[in-house]
Amino acid sequence: MDVAAADQAEAAGSPEPAAQKDPGRGQWRRAARKDTAGAARRRRVPAPALNVLSLAVGLALWALLAAHGVGDLPGPLAVARRGGDLLRDGTLEGDILASVRRVLTGFALGTVAAVLVGFLMGWYPVVRALCEPWVQFFRTIPPLALIPLAVVLMGIGETPKIFVIFLAAFLSSVVATLQGVVGVDRTLVDAARVLGAKDRTIFVRVVVPAAAPFILVGMRIGLGSAWATVVAAELIAAQEGLGFRMQHAETYYDLDTIFVGLVAIGVLGLVMDRLLLLAERRLTRWQERR
Amino acid sequence: MTPKISFRDITRTHPVKGGVFTALGGVSLDIGEREFVTVVGPSGCGKSTLLNLAAGLDTPTSGEVVVDGRPVTGPGPERGMIFQQYALFPWLTVRKNVEFGLRVAGVGGAERRRRATEAIDLVGLTEFADALPKTLSGGMKQRCAIARAYAVDPDVLLMDEPFGALDAMTRVQLQDQLLDTWSRQTRTVVFVTHDVEEAVYLARRVVVMAARPGRVHRIVDVDLPYPRTEQTRLSQRFAALRNEVWSAVHHQGAPAGQPAA
Repeated sequence: MDVAAADQAEAAGSPEPAAQKDPGRGQWRRAARKDTAGAARRRRVPAPALNVLSLAVGLALWALLAAHGVGDLPGPLAVARRGGDLLRDGTLEGDILASVRRVLTGFALGTVAAVLVGFLMGWYPVVRALCEPWVQFFRTIPPLALIPLAVVLMGIGETPKIFVIFLAAFLSSVVATLQGVVGVDRTLVDAARVLGAKDRTIFVRVVVPAAAPFILVGMRIGLGSAWATVVAAELIAAQEGLGFRMQHAETYYDLDTIFVGLVAIGVLGLVMDRLLLLAERRLTRWQERR
Repeated sequence: MTPKISFRDITRTHPVKGGVFTALGGVSLDIGEREFVTVVGPSGCGKSTLLNLAAGLDTPTSGEVVVDGRPVTGPGPERGMIFQQYALFPWLTVRKNVEFGLRVAGVGGAERRRRATEAIDLVGLTEFADALPKTLSGGMKQRCAIARAYAVDPDVLLMDEPFGALDAMTRVQLQDQLLDTWSRQTRTVVFVTHDVEEAVYLARRVVVMAARPGRVHRIVDVDLPYPRTEQTRLSQRFAALRNEVWSAVHHQGAPAGQPAA
C-alpha cells in the first residue's frame, strides 16, 4: 500500500514520463526481494517526488523574495528572460563552450595524470615515497592560490587557466587512485599469480578493475574541483566564458546575467556529475553493496 | 619413485618486533604423484606457509621446495591454488573467472570456451556460468574457484582451508564433490584444514603439524579405500583414525602413536 502511495506522489509531483517510472518500480521489487530493510527505507522516502517538490518550493521562495525587492534580487522570470536573450545572440552558447572546453581539457589531463601517478605510487613503493610529500604539500594549497604564480610563469592565455583546473582535478583524483591501488585485495593478486599471470597482466586485469570504483569516485570529486576552479581561472584576462561573463556583468551591476551564469554553471556541473555517476554505476555493477 | 613435491629441510622465519618468528623450523616432507595429502595442526603451525611455499608465493629462508625435480622459484600454472576466501575476481562472471588462467596462457577463443565449459560442468555450475560472484553462495563461489584452478589443468592442487568459511552441511557436500572430481581427474592435492574429520575423510595421508616452531609432528596413513562415501564416514575404522589424528593434533605433548587402533 505504501508503494501505491509513493507512486501516486511520484506521478503527481514528477514531470517525468510514465515510462521512466516502470524501471524504478522493477528496481523496488528486486530490492524488496533481496533486502526488505532496504525496500522499507526507500518506501518511506519517495526521493524523486521530494526532489521536485523541494525545487518548486525553492523557486517559489526565490520569486517571492525578488517580488518583495530584497536587495535588487532579480526574479526567476527575469533571469530566464535574460538567459533567453543571451542564448539567442549566441553569447551564452559561446561562454558555455569556452568554460566547458577549459573544464574538460583540464579535467581530462588531470584525471589521466592522476590515474597514471596514482597507479605508479600504489604499485611502486619507491615512486610513492618520492611523490607523496609533493602531493600532500600541494593538496594543502587551494589551486586558486596558484593563479598569480601561473600567470607570471605562463602568461595570460589559455595555459594558466587550464593548468590550474588540471591541478585541481589531479590533486583530487590522485589520492583516490592511490587508495584504490593500495587497497587491492592481496589474495586476488595471488590468485592471478598462481594462474600464471605476470605483473603486466595483473596490473591490467586485476589492479585496474579493482581500483576502478575508487578512481571513479576520485573523478567525480575532481570534476567538482574543476568546476569550482574554472570561474576563478576565467578572471585572468579571459575574453569569454561563464566566469568572465559574470565578472563582466558585475561591473555593469547586471544581476540578471550573473544569475544566468550561476544557473548555467550549476546545471552543467550537475549534468556532468550525473553522467559520471551513470558510468560509475555501469562500471562497478559487480560490487557487493552492503 | 621420485616424489611429486618435496619439501627439503624448510625453514621460514619472519622478523618481528624484538626477534624472529619461526613459522617453519626444518620441515621435510615428500608427497607422491597423484596423492591426496591433508595437513592439519594448531594455528600458527605454519600449514598455510607450507602451501604458499609450494605455490611459489613465498620463499623459504633456508631449504628448498622441489616440484617434479625442479626447485620452485615462483608461481606457475602447473600448481593451482584454492584460497579460503575464494579469491574470485568480482567483476568477472563465473565463466570469465574460469577462463582467466586460460586467457593468461594465451589459449584461443573456441578452445578457451570449451575448456572453461568443461571445468564449469565438472563442478556443477553450468546454470550459473554467466552469473557474477556476488550472486553466488559461498559453496558455489568455492566451486567456481575449483573450476578456475582445474581449467588450466594443473598437476598439483594446493588448497588452503578451502571449506573453512562454509557451513557444516555445505562442507560435507563439497568434500564429496571434491573427491568425485579428483577421482575423475586425479591430481596431486595438498589440502590444508583445521578440521580433523575433513582431513581424515579426504586424504590418503594426514600430516599433523605442531607449532612454535612449525614442524611435522606425525604422519597418519589413512587406509580407507576410495571412493569414500557416507559409509566411510560412519565406519569404525574412520572413527579410530579420526581419534588418532585428533589426539595427535590436540595432545602434542604426549608420545606419538599412543592410541594406535
